[in-house]
Amino acid sequence: MKKTVDFKNFTLGLWKDNPIFYLMLGLCPLLAVSAALKDALGMGVAFIFVLVGSNITVSIIRKIVPEHIRIPVFIVVIATFVTIMDYSLAAFSPQLHKNLGVYLPLMVVNCILLGRAEAFASKNNVINSTLDGLGMGLGFTIAILIIASIREFLGQGTLFGINILGENYLPLLIMIMPPGAFLVIGFLMAIKNSVGGRKKC
Amino acid sequence: MLNELNIGFIFLSAFIVNNIVMIKFLGLCSFIGISTNMRSSIGMGIAVVFVTVMACSISWILYNYILVPFNLEYLRTVTFILTIASFVQFEEIIIRKKAPALYKAFGIYLPLITTNCVILASAFLGIDYKFTFLQNLVFAVGVSAGYCFVIILFASMRERLDNAPLPEAFKGVPIAFIMTGLISLVFLGFKGLFKL
Repeated sequence: MKKTVDFKNFTLGLWKDNPIFYLMLGLCPLLAVSAALKDALGMGVAFIFVLVGSNITVSIIRKIVPEHIRIPVFIVVIATFVTIMDYSLAAFSPQLHKNLGVYLPLMVVNCILLGRAEAFASKNNVINSTLDGLGMGLGFTIAILIIASIREFLGQGTLFGINILGENYLPLLIMIMPPGAFLVIGFLMAIKNSVGGRKKC
Repeated sequence: MLNELNIGFIFLSAFIVNNIVMIKFLGLCSFIGISTNMRSSIGMGIAVVFVTVMACSISWILYNYILVPFNLEYLRTVTFILTIASFVQFEEIIIRKKAPALYKAFGIYLPLITTNCVILASAFLGIDYKFTFLQNLVFAVGVSAGYCFVIILFASMRERLDNAPLPEAFKGVPIAFIMTGLISLVFLGFKGLFKL
């Protein structure tokens, strides 16, 4: 086991092992809250908080958790952080909490969280786990921001609610509705496949 | 207002108008991952219906008769996920003992279901909409039947897609997403039917 701090753990999640485009995990919140940039940013920040929190906790308790019951323990840790996030958002930003709706508590079953806890945090020290959580969380945030900016730009002609394309732009309404999300991610994945990078599936 | 809703409407709304995969984007991981094969799609679909209906009823009872009277609503996320996980385990043991044929048919899909967001989502939504027990039951049946219907429909289309001439970059997952988008467009057409 490495004791040193390795910054590679941080950069890996950003692009090379990006949880969305390469590993294809945790797609549900990605598509559901990407209709507007503001909500997407909120989701990204909430996600980073939960991922870093659960990674640190799992890393701290990794030596005292019995092998057989580690998965339920990890799930309880994640659920605790999700609940903290849920209630703090409801208190500090009720509008965002309302927009994210059921997708916020549903972070519990997000494969990225349990995946990182099991694959990384349960085997590495606290600092490396924190870096890994930050990197993966930022990778998720970047992916959701890319999708949200495409959808908001085409669907409303705005970015962060600021009008870019002017009054005469006729919005492509399909983009902010459910089918738009599927189409955008389909084309993004096709672009990624053709540009190169490792092919998946 | 929701309490007066007819259970037929609740079923239709959960089944088609607010289809859990096409409109609410839930259960996508398993939807994209498993629909490459018709047999496994049917297995997964039926297993999801079974577990959702049971787990939703149990978590409704737990929420309304244990968490609410003791002011413990903030524990609902932890409670529900543990309920579902332990219920799936419990069910696996029972089915293996009492109905080996069924156990064989479900195979690996039963343990996999724990992380399927369809189940947790319908438990949460049933609470959020303040349903009565019967309404919650109908809602759970509708949601899971919607998932089952869509995954089987999609699997039959994807089997044909394997033989279609496609650009290299679109093969596999990208074209599956684009096709999902087109089906989702169809489901969007039902939106005007009524509101929930």
